[in-house]
Parts: sequence; C-alpha cells; structure tokens
Amino acid sequence: MRTRDRRRPDGRPTLGALFIGFASIAMMSVGGGLAAWTRREVVQRRGWLDDQQFLSGYALSQIIPGATNVNLAVFIGTQLRGSAGAVAAFFGLTTLPLAIVLTVGLIYLRTQGMPGGGWFSTALAGMGAVAIGLNLGTGVRLGRHNIRRIVPALIAAVVALSIGVFGVPLLYALAVMIPVSLLAAWLDRRA
Amino acid sequence: MIATLLQLAGLFGLLSLLAFGGGAGVIPDMQRAAVDLHHWLTAREFLDMFAISRAAPGPGSLIVVLIGQKAAGFAGAAVAFLAMFTPSSLAVHVAARFWHRGAQSYWRALVEQALAPVAVGMTFASGLALMRGTEHGWLPYLITIASTAAFAFTEINPVILLGLGGGLMLLAGS
Repeated sequence: MRTRDRRRPDGRPTLGALFIGFASIAMMSVGGGLAAWTRREVVQRRGWLDDQQFLSGYALSQIIPGATNVNLAVFIGTQLRGSAGAVAAFFGLTTLPLAIVLTVGLIYLRTQGMPGGGWFSTALAGMGAVAIGLNLGTGVRLGRHNIRRIVPALIAAVVALSIGVFGVPLLYALAVMIPVSLLAAWLDRRA
Repeated sequence: MIATLLQLAGLFGLLSLLAFGGGAGVIPDMQRAAVDLHHWLTAREFLDMFAISRAAPGPGSLIVVLIGQKAAGFAGAAVAFLAMFTPSSLAVHVAARFWHRGAQSYWRALVEQALAPVAVGMTFASGLALMRGTEHGWLPYLITIASTAAFAFTEINPVILLGLGGGLMLLAGS
C-alpha cells in the first residue's frame, strides 16, 4: 500500500513530508526495530527509495560510527533533499522521542527519593534486566548471521571481554582490534 | 557548570565517532565516564536510564540526554544531544554525497567484513558491562538470561518483555 504525500514537481518529497515521515517511523518503533520500520515506510509505503538504494544506505549507516538508525535517516534525507533534507529527517526522527525520554526521565529523577516513588525504580530494575538481555540477544543474533569462522569469532570474543569484563577503554580496544580485524579479513580474502 | 558542559561535549562527541556498529557499543565507556569518572550519577541510575531509553520510541542513544540532564540540567541535555549526534550525522551526510553503489566494492566489502566481528563484540560488551556495574540480584540475572534467549531466538516485541520484566520485579517486591 502506498500513501499519498506532498511532493514537489520533480517527484521528491517536501521537507515537511520528510519530517513527518521520520516522525511517524520513530513513533512506530516503540521497543526497537527502527530499521525495519524505516524500510517499510521509505521503500514500501512512500516509494522514496528502491530496495537497492535502501540496503546500500543501510550498509553505509553501519560502517560509519554513530546510532545506525539516526545515520540511516540522515542518509535518506541527504539522498532525497540534500542538506536541508538531512536536517528534516534527523529532527523528524529525534524530536518526539527526545521529548518523551526527557519527560519520563524527569519524572524518574523527581520521584526517586519520594516515599511511594520506589515502585517506579523497582519496575525499572526489571526493565533494565530485560534491556541488558536485549543487547546480549542482539549480539547472539548478529553473531549467528555475520560470524561463521573461528578467527572472527575470536575477534568478537576479545572485544567483548576486554571492554565488557576487564574494563579496557573502547578507544584502546578499537585501536588494536580494528587493524587486527582488517588484516584478518584481508588475509581471508586472499586465501 | 561550563566545565561540566565541556566534559559532556567532549565525552559524547568522542563516543559519537567511536560507535561502530550502532549506539549500544559505547555504553561501557559512557557508564565508566558518567559513573566512575565524573560521578554524575550512580550505577543504578545509569541502568534505570538505560531501561527508560530502551523502552521509549526512537534511538536508544537518547540515554545521553538523561545523563546530560542529571549532570547539568536542560543545558546539559541539549549539549549531550548535539554532541552525540552531530559528529556522526555530519560524517554520514558527507559520505552520502560520495556514496555510489558498486564503486570500490572490494574495499567496501573488506571494511564491512572486518567491522562485523568488532561490532558483535561491542554489542556483547555493553550487556556485560551493565551487569558488572550494577548490583544484579538473582531475579534480575534470571530475567536477563531468559530475555537474552527470547530476543536471540524469537521475534517477540521488546516492549512486551520490558513490561513483563518490570511487572515481575514489582510482584517479587524487591
């Protein structure tokens, strides 16, 4: 199903349509799955990009550091409307979630010390435990899809343990492990 | 106040450019800097804010806004937001203009292949660091193990499990 939205004569979306498109993507993504929702809206419903363009942009968004889904919005905005499009997509994706997170966070900080406010904190402890599981489960999923050999598995394990258990700062861990991983991938491709 | 804002800008501006494989990977460094180094918040508050940002719609990296808010009020929240998202967004914006499908596909494939295991490791590291940094009782441990399995092997919506996890802790009354 395709929705009609405001377009310019050249068929590209207006800045307002970009903002609203990404705002609705953000609101649908309660609990995650932002990339899947982005693809549904941008490719399937609105037809702004085709699947090839989308997947290419998704790959770029993962290679470049930063929140993948924010990167993806900036990429799509740039492709469709240049710098102004990037700004519209970025604020479309982040404005409402920003307001929600800040509101809930302020309630959390205000009720923290109050008598009777403890239930919020107790519930959050359970949600935090699930959120940790979400990270670990995502790691398992990514690993199953992307790691099939012993050397990449060892690289992933070294990164996970050095940062997660032994507290090595990320910058040092990456400065060593990215070159190691590049070398391993290069040797793998030559073999 | 100004010093705190500069610290927020420096910390999140750097982490923005180190977040290979998505925002979750920089959680261990964020936790260490905000909790152990600058004492802006406790380990428990960090985990609570992490839960809030994961349950809310939008990117999980919005946790930086809550850290900024706790450290230096609304100005802190604004600085943290801009510092976390501006450097990486600018990088994507510039790259998007030069990104042509198929161009230099060998190097692109090589970089993608090399970054994949690093990103997987960073994702695991964030979960491990969060467990290490907080007083995790036996019930939260069980919840974490069960939800790890659920997310790894089923398509369940995270919001349902987040609600269940919160409800379970309330029932246990700890």
